[in-house]
Amino acid sequence: MQIKPLDKEFLTRALDSTESADPAWNEKLAVLQRKKVEKPAIYVGTGTCGLGAGAAFTLEAVKKFVKDHNIDAEIVEVGCVGLCALEPIVDVQLPGKTRIAFQKMTEDKVEKVLSAIFKGEVLQENVMGQYRVEGQEAWKDTLYIDEHPFFASQTRWVLANCGIINPGRLEEYIAHGGYVALKKVLTGMKPIEVCEEVEKSGLRGRGGGGFPTGKKWKFAHGTEDTHRYLVCNADEGDPGAFMDRAVIEGDPHRLLEGMAIAAYAIGAQKAYVYIRAEYPLAIQRLRYAIAEAKANNLLGENILGSGFSLEFVIKMGAGAFVCGEETALIHSIEGKRGMPRPRPPFPAVKGLFQHPTIINNVESLANVPGILSKGANWFNAVGTGGSKGTKVFALSGKVSRTGLVEVAMGTTLRHVIFEIGGGIAKGKAYKAVQIGGPSGGCIPESHVDIEIDYESLKTVGAMMGSGGLVVMDEDNCMVDVAKFFMDFIQRESCGKCTPCREGTRRMLEILHRITRGAKSENEQQTLERFQSIIHLEKLAEVIRDTSLCGLGQTAPNPVLSTLRWFRHEYEAHVYDRKCPAKACTDLIKYEIDPAKCKGCSLCSKGCPAQAISGTIKSPFVIDADKCVGCGACADTCRFDAIKKV
Amino acid sequence: MSTTVSVEEGIRAILENYPNAGRDSLIPILQEIQEKQGYLSREAVVLVGDFLKLPTSKIYGVATFYNQFRFTPQGKYHIQICRGTACHVKGSAAVLEALKRELKVAPGETTRDGLFSLEIVACIGACGLAPVMNISGNFHANLTTQKIPEIIKSYRKAAE
Repeated sequence: MQIKPLDKEFLTRALDSTESADPAWNEKLAVLQRKKVEKPAIYVGTGTCGLGAGAAFTLEAVKKFVKDHNIDAEIVEVGCVGLCALEPIVDVQLPGKTRIAFQKMTEDKVEKVLSAIFKGEVLQENVMGQYRVEGQEAWKDTLYIDEHPFFASQTRWVLANCGIINPGRLEEYIAHGGYVALKKVLTGMKPIEVCEEVEKSGLRGRGGGGFPTGKKWKFAHGTEDTHRYLVCNADEGDPGAFMDRAVIEGDPHRLLEGMAIAAYAIGAQKAYVYIRAEYPLAIQRLRYAIAEAKANNLLGENILGSGFSLEFVIKMGAGAFVCGEETALIHSIEGKRGMPRPRPPFPAVKGLFQHPTIINNVESLANVPGILSKGANWFNAVGTGGSKGTKVFALSGKVSRTGLVEVAMGTTLRHVIFEIGGGIAKGKAYKAVQIGGPSGGCIPESHVDIEIDYESLKTVGAMMGSGGLVVMDEDNCMVDVAKFFMDFIQRESCGKCTPCREGTRRMLEILHRITRGAKSENEQQTLERFQSIIHLEKLAEVIRDTSLCGLGQTAPNPVLSTLRWFRHEYEAHVYDRKCPAKACTDLIKYEIDPAKCKGCSLCSKGCPAQAISGTIKSPFVIDADKCVGCGACADTCRFDAIKKV
Repeated sequence: MSTTVSVEEGIRAILENYPNAGRDSLIPILQEIQEKQGYLSREAVVLVGDFLKLPTSKIYGVATFYNQFRFTPQGKYHIQICRGTACHVKGSAAVLEALKRELKVAPGETTRDGLFSLEIVACIGACGLAPVMNISGNFHANLTTQKIPEIIKSYRKAAE
């Protein structure tokens, strides 16, 4: 990859400070910071979420629009601003005007919305909001982004640049104060001072464990072996979490800067990014960012003339959840099966290739540049007693506004779900929120006022985890959710230790048994079913106490937490053979409402069990004994005549 | 015969990119082979074993441990359906059933005409648009069981 280095003078000056009284310099910065433009700019959010919603087609439509109307405009592909529910998002910035964002810009809307805005008209039904920029004329009667309910109460530090800057252009990151911290550290601080500053900031591991980052760095710093490694864990294995992907796609240099600082602090000469192969776009952007940084001597040999050198390697994960565990991740990088080993020795003492290794999560490292440039006190002014700074959550499931949310520690879950997320979609009732992925737990209505903090979440049987928040409504069955996680964990168990390998499978079997229909059960099985909750609790205890690694020790959490808060649902499954949420297919039946059925026979043709019969133009009936509860009939019915009972 | 030779040549070309490779290059090599050839063939595993001086059993041991590696050729269109938590609560199980009905294959299998292969993945990371699937690089979001036949049909048509 051939990359032209940036102007030396600009680089030197910007890395010292972006603040100046020189108007020409400020003008240049304002353009790079995207506060103003010299010619029209159109930004298309092409992160993975955007692409999923059709941003690739939108981008083509935008290119076509510009060509058709002969407009001289810059088209920029940006990362994700975080409001996935409103993707694809297209921003337009005209000279002298503020930047305005449009939502749900599928390809068919491009022509209409863009023609209007280039004529100075704002089609309000498509507007998401405008950015507040001093000195630029605002669009009339248009909501400001910082007043938008989704963004108003967020504290965006890690995500500050995501969706705003061009991730493929180093200058823009630098204009936003990027790499200032790296220069400051390399030219004026000793490694141990960096560790201390980070420790003082109170930053704790954002990947789940919550171990103080500065303290961890000190461990490696204190070892005799000077051949050390830094590993960034970007193997975002928790289903339901995607903040690491968004940071890498939208602001890759923030991670690189954080890693360079961390490597300097611990004295590492080589840094690995262990990233999921499922994130091709993130890998591509990261590769480009590394090349850009190297071309400008911000990574590589003798960085900024300081004598400190750092080699970067990207390793693609091959899809194993257990590789989120430190020792398993190390084995995977070494080319072995990703199985954990007992600790101690901890990786900080003996890790990759038997050398001291520090493993940090993407979000933890992305917080580092801010701490070093603005100081530990700036960082720890936000948050609660034990948890400082902000946390990024991936809000998904049954909320109105899904997306990435960054809030100060101590914000209540209710605020995140109901204010920022806009409450439960389709007017349904809230049931629970699952936090922390497969190792975490569910939080019911009665505890949703809890303040987000590493310790407080533990008191309700959940954990911070990597920050996935999956919201569930009345239609979700908690036994089914527990079964889902158990199925996931038993598949992902590496098989090394027996409690985890066998225990999780037994727990899954029990959950299968209680969600299975009565017609396929003999007396012995009925008896076992009645004991199932006792067995689940016993197994959970053994697995938790005797498993080797974190995956096994936390494996029973989904069952324990749903049992703690939703025991009545388990009981309804076990004793009454009913699924209160009508989600477990074996325990529900479908019925045709004769008043609504027009006798079109569509359902009977689509039924895989041939359970539906009748004569054309008169109501059909479902044979309950043959019905397998797949719901194919309800999906095909055009008259909404088929209901679950 | 000519095809086996070209497969072997392809693998040798990939291995040339890894001079002085050690054990830690094993997974990247396997990933590159799979990316170029669609799956890990027997020949590939044997050749990689010779190259890294590792027994074939060790290579299979590593390759079968990770979800990413496949040992059978995939279809022209490779469908990855996400079964992450967010997708699950939004009904991905039903979508998977619909896919199975439509394609008449189970996850991990390829349709008889070689057009589609179906794979379950843990999380694509597009949770905000759940349920999602990825067909050979194209994302399909906010899926419902009704949308499946249409989507599959569009790919069948494109293949003609």
